[in-house]
Amino acid sequence: MVKKIPIGPFHPILEEPEFFELHVDGEKVVDIDITIGWSHRGIELLSESKTWDQVPFLVERVCGICSASHPYAYVLAVEDLLQVEVSKRAQYIRAIVAELERLHSHLLWTGLAGHFIGYNTVFMWCWKYREPVLDILEAVTGNRNHYATYRVGGVRRDVPQEEIPNIRKMLDELWKKNDMLTNAILDDPVIHARTKGVGVLGWDKCREYGALGPTARAGGYDVDARRDHQTDAYAELDWDVVLCQNGDVFDKAVVRQLENFEAIKIIRQCVDKLEAMGPGTEEDLVLEIGEIPPGEGLGVYEAPRGEVFHYVRSNGGNMPMRHKIRAPSFNNILTNEYSVLNYAVADAGLITAAVDPCYSCTERVGRVDTRTGERWVMSEGDLIKLSQEKTEMIRRSLRGK
Amino acid sequence: MSLALKALKKSPWVFHVNTGACNNCDIEILDALTPRFDVERFGIVLVGSIRHADVLLISGPVTRNVLPRLKRLYEQAPKPIKVIVVGACGCRCGIFRDGYNIIGPVDKYIPVDAYVPGCPPKPETIIAGVVKVLGTL
Repeated sequence: MVKKIPIGPFHPILEEPEFFELHVDGEKVVDIDITIGWSHRGIELLSESKTWDQVPFLVERVCGICSASHPYAYVLAVEDLLQVEVSKRAQYIRAIVAELERLHSHLLWTGLAGHFIGYNTVFMWCWKYREPVLDILEAVTGNRNHYATYRVGGVRRDVPQEEIPNIRKMLDELWKKNDMLTNAILDDPVIHARTKGVGVLGWDKCREYGALGPTARAGGYDVDARRDHQTDAYAELDWDVVLCQNGDVFDKAVVRQLENFEAIKIIRQCVDKLEAMGPGTEEDLVLEIGEIPPGEGLGVYEAPRGEVFHYVRSNGGNMPMRHKIRAPSFNNILTNEYSVLNYAVADAGLITAAVDPCYSCTERVGRVDTRTGERWVMSEGDLIKLSQEKTEMIRRSLRGK
Repeated sequence: MSLALKALKKSPWVFHVNTGACNNCDIEILDALTPRFDVERFGIVLVGSIRHADVLLISGPVTRNVLPRLKRLYEQAPKPIKVIVVGACGCRCGIFRDGYNIIGPVDKYIPVDAYVPGCPPKPETIIAGVVKVLGTL
């Protein structure tokens, strides 16, 4: 007998609303319906009423956590249209802000994943370690979350030279803490039992669904827009694309943890180069951009969740004539359709969260008995509780051995 | 002061709704719960169900899809409930003001007790907002 469990559209602890309906047979998930579009704000159309220089402020509000990646992809698109290359200094500053964002986003995800499986300590620790990253972002860009750093032709402001020692110190401390977190994940038998072989999305399925970012790389699908498109400074820096093979929740966590190390490596190199350059002038930061000629441009950047794609078309006016945005979560959320099948309800929350979507939606869970039409309501807390109880059960059985 | 109000002031339980925000206000709200700010030491807890809530934190401009859900949430909330709007979008729609799918700020549809401006407001500001509302009780 198949029952339906609606999850959503609101979730008390996360981001945008989304709506999943799980069809369950006993404990096993046999189908899932996904409804998105709750926070549709019409950004593409709004963008056509803003000038070229105002659009970055709008697109960084597409998603609060990818608020460096969207403007980055947008300015790359306009620069592609103009066929210009920005100064080295601007490229390094762009990379620093984008990688700091990746650090805080991945730490945020690890924390939330810990919360989902009932390790609230991990949640608190990760978010504690995330704070210094936000402090540095505030010192460098002026705001903890919306950075307003990117601008067509360069960046808005320099990284102050006196901040560079602080950045290095923060990175050194974060490296140790991230190392500790990674080892904790790799060593803990309970985390292994909860996440290994759960929510598997292999290479072929990644390809079929067009999965992006860490979701795809965990399944061995080698895609990274920073390398594939030789984005700005990334071409000359020394860093690696992290790949795993199994595509389960465990690998998704490992990919994100290891990417944190890569991000730290990238920031260190950029900071070294900036220090060697010394303080810059206004001309070093941004190119003089006059009229935007008619034409079209593409911009691609690897956000923490995957590839962000922006397309702009100009008719020679002072506003984009068309601006198309594609965010990675759209592809990744749809992979849940495959990856939750045949796993237990207690795992469904974790699997859907593992793509780091804006899985955001479990304000209340109601169960519908399709045979009798009977409906009863569980709080969202019950879903997390179900997941946490499973962890507790595994922990006890492991202790018994 | 009624018993209900007294209990509310002692340990306000918070429920958080995103009516179409960009997540930033939401992660800053969560931030306020984690070790650096740690509002849990004052008894402020984020709860999973609207039926347990004393304070409703709303972020984001109201989109067309979300409006019926928002109204239902408000109806389901146990009264008295305090409503706090977090972020520029919730207060006055912010940068999304002219969007075709945006149908107005939160206070057009449900009564609001406090506004916390900022894009996004820092956790300190959010805490200050909650404390101010509690001070009026």
